[in-house]
Amino acid sequence: MAGFHPATDTTPEAASPRRTRLGLWLFATYLALYSGFMALNAVAPERMEQTPWAGVNVAILYGMGLIFAAFVLAIMYEALCRRIDRQDREPGGDA
Amino acid sequence: MIYEPSALAVAVFLLFVGVTLAISFRLGAQAKSSQGYFAAGGGIPWFVNGIAFAGDYLSAASFLGICGMIAFYGYDGFLYSIGYLAGWIVALFVIAEPIRRLGKYTFADALDSRFNSRAIRLSAALSTLVVSLFYLIPQMVGAGALVKPLLGLPHWAGVSIVGAVVVLIVVTAGMASTTYVQFLKGSLLVLFSVWLTVLILQRGLAVDERYRASVGNPFAVQQTLRVTADGQRLVNGLPQGKGPGQADFFPVGHVSKLPDGQLETGPLGPIAFLRTLQQSEVVLWSSATTTELDGSRLTTYSQRAVPGSEILRPGNSPTFKGVRSDKLQDKLNFLSLMLALFCGTASLPHILIRYYTVKDQAAARKSTVVGIGSIGFFYILTLYLGLGAMTSGAIDVTNSNMAAPLLARSMGELLFAMISAIAFTTVLGTVSGLIVASSGAVAHDLAESFVREPLTDHEKIRIAKLAAVVVGVVAMALGILFEKMNVNFLVGWAFSVAASANLPSLVMLLFWKGTTRQGITAAILAGMVSSLAWILLSEDTFKDVYGLPPEQAWAPFSQPGIVTIPLGFLTVVVVSLLTRPPKREADTD
Repeated sequence: MAGFHPATDTTPEAASPRRTRLGLWLFATYLALYSGFMALNAVAPERMEQTPWAGVNVAILYGMGLIFAAFVLAIMYEALCRRIDRQDREPGGDA
Repeated sequence: MIYEPSALAVAVFLLFVGVTLAISFRLGAQAKSSQGYFAAGGGIPWFVNGIAFAGDYLSAASFLGICGMIAFYGYDGFLYSIGYLAGWIVALFVIAEPIRRLGKYTFADALDSRFNSRAIRLSAALSTLVVSLFYLIPQMVGAGALVKPLLGLPHWAGVSIVGAVVVLIVVTAGMASTTYVQFLKGSLLVLFSVWLTVLILQRGLAVDERYRASVGNPFAVQQTLRVTADGQRLVNGLPQGKGPGQADFFPVGHVSKLPDGQLETGPLGPIAFLRTLQQSEVVLWSSATTTELDGSRLTTYSQRAVPGSEILRPGNSPTFKGVRSDKLQDKLNFLSLMLALFCGTASLPHILIRYYTVKDQAAARKSTVVGIGSIGFFYILTLYLGLGAMTSGAIDVTNSNMAAPLLARSMGELLFAMISAIAFTTVLGTVSGLIVASSGAVAHDLAESFVREPLTDHEKIRIAKLAAVVVGVVAMALGILFEKMNVNFLVGWAFSVAASANLPSLVMLLFWKGTTRQGITAAILAGMVSSLAWILLSEDTFKDVYGLPPEQAWAPFSQPGIVTIPLGFLTVVVVSLLTRPPKREADTD
């Protein structure tokens, strides 16, 4: 059985394994945050009612945190991808 | 509730329709080739595409459904916002670049990039059509809900107007006009939502007069709707109407108590608004329907004071009651819906084809980042819009989909006109994207598979335009049929079918070399059939669609994703292993 890794493609615009790996790491990070949110709701919903900061409850803080986290990770991904692309274009790079 | 049509709203609405049609006719020349018609020539700037993502994605469900759900039940509507936004993470980190690299016009292009298989094209096209139709229903229902107060027209007229305008947009200029309509709509939606949110915060919270009095019990007041066997509607015992001897529902949505005995807060900041509401008490209305001996159906709307701390916690709505239930099935139903929302975005055909409208992978990635920014920002605003509607004293107890436009009306006629027209454009943008996706699947995947040879550009576009008309007509019929359902709820189903049918094969194709064409075809069909069957046999469908007792339902819970998404992955792995080519062939692959 073939291993789990990016499939080869033969199109002119090739895949970048480094970008793919980076994407998967960031995806795993967000998946952990999102899974935590689902688990907390399902297993300990009373925790969502606590108000740890500014009188705002965990449900809202965690929910808004997930939305902000998505944007922060997206910006981070774009910045790192640009760096990878630059490095790949340099002599001796992957490209 | 009977709504008074507003001349200003009609004028703004006509202006918006005129602008969208003008854009379409102006861009018509760009849609003479397949590349132009299906992918806008691949020349859309990434920023425009990113906002168009927002325009495509922020559908009637997002705007009308989520605001309505928050206004009626509180935090639960925000769970949809969180799930919808989270799905973009899958799109950005896993799907965006490969789909741009591997595809050309449709989702099937990417799936079929390694195989050239007729079966993959057929199954992917079928899945595109099914998902698009499921997604079209709530958009059409939303259109009907909007046109009622805006133009004073019945639901079916609203659905028909949207259908006709969208078909005209798509037939005229395909993806190019669709993209710019979505760009316009996405920008306006976010900007006006910001304006509305600022006004909500400026207005603050206030205890309504009727709950300030210390005499009598204001909570004992009920509203009733009796629909007689011959279809007559009686509100509080009188024929529904605005004239003498008639009655209509009164608007609801009030604060009954503020912290520290305050009667009004004055302007509040975003955090202070949430904190104050958390410590307040709000009047929520619930309904119960009974069938009388004379065959009439009586719906009684009753009010109860609910602490803000309860409103701002999950688990108050029927959809998310599983959060607070002790039953395992209810918990699984909740997890299943959240999983479907997470996996569904990157599986929606009308979202995937937007990646073909930009020039390369980098542009696909950048446009997704812009999309996440604008969509995420809008979803944060939905919390304020929904809670603002809940406390606006303006909402219709019989129709949650109208919460956002009625909130706007409570702020002034101009804002109502603008928000209603934007919401209407919201429907136009999303529906046109869905119809482009469907017509592409028919012309590019189904038709070519059937004739077994490449079609000319001219033939392909002609078939696509014909398909756009047919899909538009079917969507109109379904939009009329499903009038009473909450639009957000229906979108949840579309996400489940998309995630079950499309995501497993797409992900496995990208990350597992052992994937075979049989595995992909089987996974699409297994995911689609199993999720559809599950939905059709679920409690909610029995109750809301068939009108049967929900306890007769066969499916153990309503949302299929937690079973059918893993089933899709399992199918692609098992079938691929069973059909993998002999070792030597595989080595030279």
